[in-house]
Order: sequence, then structure tokens, then C-alpha cells
Amino acid sequence: MTIGLTHYLVVAAVLFSIGVAGIILNRKNIIVILMSVELILLSVNINFVAFSQALGDLVGQVFALFVLTVAAAEAAIGLAILVAFYRNRGTIAVEDINSLKG
Amino acid sequence: MPFLAELGQHFLPEVILAIGVLVLILIGAFRGERGFSLVDEMAVGILGLAIVAILLSSKQVDVAVFDGAFIDDAFSRFVKVLALVGAMVSILMSVDWLQRNGLEKFEFPVLVILSTLGMMLLISADNLIALYLGLELMSLALYVMAAFARDDGRSSEAGLKYFVLGALSSGMMLYGSSLLYGFSGTVSFDGIAQAVTEHPPLGVIFGLVFVLAGLAFKMSAAPFHMWTPDVYEGAPTPVTAFFASAAKMAAVAITARIVITAFPAITTQWRQIIVFLAIASTLLGSFAAIGQTNIKRLMAYSSIGHMGFALIGLAAGTEAGVKGVAVYLAIYLVMTLGSFAAILAMRVDGRNVENISDLSGLSRTNGLMAFFLAMLMFSLAGIPPLAGFFAKYYVLLAAVDAGLYPLAVVGVLASAVAAFYYLRVVKVMYFDEPAPDFDRSPLAIRAVLAASTVALLGFWLYPAPIMDAAGAAAKSLF
Repeated sequence: MTIGLTHYLVVAAVLFSIGVAGIILNRKNIIVILMSVELILLSVNINFVAFSQALGDLVGQVFALFVLTVAAAEAAIGLAILVAFYRNRGTIAVEDINSLKG
Repeated sequence: MPFLAELGQHFLPEVILAIGVLVLILIGAFRGERGFSLVDEMAVGILGLAIVAILLSSKQVDVAVFDGAFIDDAFSRFVKVLALVGAMVSILMSVDWLQRNGLEKFEFPVLVILSTLGMMLLISADNLIALYLGLELMSLALYVMAAFARDDGRSSEAGLKYFVLGALSSGMMLYGSSLLYGFSGTVSFDGIAQAVTEHPPLGVIFGLVFVLAGLAFKMSAAPFHMWTPDVYEGAPTPVTAFFASAAKMAAVAITARIVITAFPAITTQWRQIIVFLAIASTLLGSFAAIGQTNIKRLMAYSSIGHMGFALIGLAAGTEAGVKGVAVYLAIYLVMTLGSFAAILAMRVDGRNVENISDLSGLSRTNGLMAFFLAMLMFSLAGIPPLAGFFAKYYVLLAAVDAGLYPLAVVGVLASAVAAFYYLRVVKVMYFDEPAPDFDRSPLAIRAVLAASTVALLGFWLYPAPIMDAAGAAAKSLF
């Protein structure tokens, strides 16, 4: 069996779903949410590179590089906000993010 | 065209902001905390300079530069001026608040300008890469601003919530982008428009849905609004003003641009999504706000409802509809900035208060402010002859002309329900027993309050400049 475009797309879709489920279902720890966000972005990268290869077009790989760069900046800012939150509350459990109702 | 000529002719406002913000960071780094007022004043100057640069180039023809990544057209210029005005007024209103709360750090104006730069790139984005990078530049600065009061638990919680949901929405938008790229073979909006025919592959529809869901998050259209009330309540008030004004402009503008320029062939398909978002937002914005006691949460639901109305115009998918959206954005900007000026003026004994009950009997303790706020509330409710009425009128007219009768009926009904909570604020101010008087607010806030009220009251006398500019803006998208 040869590995074709469909296989990559299915893997990316599964990773994306795991990432989204991780954000929505997770009830324990905010670090897990950050990991889920990374999972989503990496699944997108798989999509881009697979499409780029299938189309014979380099733009997809350029896009993937941009996504990697922005993902690093996003993780840095997310962790910084998390540290600020931890200093105020002394906890990073998801169920403790509740002082604003809703 | 040579690179430098492109840069100078079509990219000048962005260059001004980008170079200006670097200078501001240097000044801040050398002068430390003492540099706040200098950096703050210079930031206002830089934003003003960018507005002047856009207005001077307003007669230019529409042209795409940087290999079609960036488009300079009448639509982008119109919305950019709105976003820049929103940013500038937010900075002007923030000075006093930041100083009173010990937050006079030079990073604040720097973050506002960085995020405004992101908005301008987003408004002018003409391919998916530019769209993503502009969106992230805007959002990353906004996450930090929401958590700006870092010793305040509510602010850092707002920042965290906004970050998590914002990252999720960027991820969804990106996944959609990857599907659009894969199934159309290009990232440019024009290329996608050529590749997508009337019966597109399922991947394109999926991609479109994901992209629109991600953008709906950013403009807080229901059912992707859940972060809005919490973030608006928790974030520092000047930051909330910035979120509600400038950030919405960019998100609505790019949504309009992507559906109109990249998907003209499948209007019936994307219209279903926009109609759903519009109905959900207008209904949620009017019903969920009824029970609110905190005025910042009230404004959050109000902004959700207003985004629904802007989407009603977009759902029409016609030139008149986009013109209605542009007019709506301009008037919404003025109403929001005015309302937040009033919220920033709510200060008792040096402490900011946020409850609607704190406005009790304002007509007797501060008659002028009560009048201004009442006019703003009437305008938000859409009562003629105030500008808010015309904003709603043009989007509803466009929807009716496009045959979307149920949508227009829902819009009118939701607007009637929403009038209840706006009028309740007026009732509290005029008929309840007086609460403690507010402190005297600084000149900038009083000026914004007065200017926005005058603009809303006088709009029907001289609407031509806004209407003409919006008309030209809408024309450039088609």
C-alpha cells in the first residue's frame, strides 16, 4: 500500500480533533490546554505540507514555516500570561478560573 | 513596480506605525517608567500621522502590492481610518485611568500600536498568509493587553481566557485555510475566486466554515461569543474600549473581504453561515443582556448584538449591503467610544465603579453626563433621528432588497428587545434615587463623550462624508 495524500489528511484531521477535544473536555490543567493548542497548529502544518507536496506548490511549505514561527510566539505569550495568573491565584487548575462568572 | 516605490506609495501608514513603534520601544527602554507620558503622546502622534497618510492617499486607485499579499483599496482605507481613530481615542482615554491605577507603563501605548498595525495588515490582507499573520499580530498584542493589570487576578484571568479561546479560534481558522489551500491550489483570494466554481468540492465548504468560525470568534459573533462578557469585564476598562472599538473593525472588514472577493461563486452557501451568525448574535445580544448589572458586561452583550446587525448587511452580499456594513462600523465605533468614555468617567472617591446602579439619579447629580449617556443609549437602541437608527436602517434595507425577509424581521424584533435594556439605563439615570456623585473626569474623557454625542445627534444633518466614503469603499470590493 502506498501512503497518499488522504492518509496525511486523515492523520491531520485526527490530531486536530484531539486538540480541540483536549481544549473543550479538559477539566484539570491549563498546561494541557497549551499542549492541545500546539497539537492543533501542528496538525495544520501536516495538512499544509501534504497539500504542498501533492500540488507541487511551495507556498504551503512557506505557510507552514510562518505557522511554526507564530506558534512559538504564541506559546511564549501564553506561558507568560499563565505565570501572571499563577502569581495572583496560586493555582493553574482549570476549575479555578471562575472569578468572572460565565 | 520597484519595491521601495510600492512601500512608499501603498504601504506608508503601516511603515509609519512599524518604525514609530520601534522608536517608542527604544525611548521606553532608555527612559524606563519616566518615559510613559512621552511615549503616550508620541503614540497618539504616530497614529494621527498614519491617519493623515491614509487621507492624503484617498484618491488613489486600488492596487495589490507585494505579489498580491496586500491590497490598498478604498475599502481598506475606510476601515483603517476607523481602526486608527479607535486606537487613538482609546489611548487618549486611557492616560488618566492608567495613572490612577499605577499602570503607567510605556508598554501600553506600544502594545496598542502593535495591535493596530496587525489590524491594518489584516484589513488589507489579500491572501491567506497575510490574513493569518495580521490576525496573529493583532491578537498576540490583545492577549497581553487583556492581562495588562498583572497584579489584578481578574485581569490576568481575562487574559488567560482570551488567550485560550483566541488560540483555539486561530487554530480553527488555520485548519480552514489549509483546506482552502489544498482544494483550490492557491492562497490568494483572487486565485481562490477563480478556482471555486458553483459546485465546489466538500473540502472548500469545510475550509470556508472553519475560516468563518475563526473570524466569528474574533468579532465575537454568537455562537462564538462566550469569551466576550468575561474578557470585557475582567480586562482594564481602557483595554475593553479598545477591544470593543478597533478590534471589531478589523475582524468584520476581513470577513467581508474574504466572503465577497474570494467566494463570489458560492454566495448562497456562505450566506447561510452569515445569516445563522447574524440571527444568533442579534438574539443573544438582546436577550442575554437583560439580566446584567455590570455595565461592562452589558456593553459586551450589546457589542455582540451590534456585530449581528453588521452581519445582516453582509448577508445581503450586495454592494448596498457592504455599504451598510461600512456605515454601521463607523457609527458603531462612535457609539462605543462614547459609551466607554462614560464608563471611564464613572469614578467615586477615586475608585472606578462598574454597576448600572451606580448611575442612579445621575440626572440630578451630573445632568450633562446623564444627557450624553442617555443620547448614547438611545443611539445604541436605534431610535431616530440618532445615528444608530440610520446604521440599522441601511443594513436592514440591504437585507430586504436581497430578499432576506426573515432575517430583517428577526433583526427588527431583536432591536426592540434590546431597546429595553438600553432604556433601563436611561430610566435608572433619570428616575431613581441619586447614588454618590462621580468625581470630576479628565478633559480627554469629557471631550470624547461630548464629541461622540454631538456626532450621533448631528449625523442626519450632514451624513454625506460618511455615506460617500462608505459607498466608495463598498464599490472597491466588487
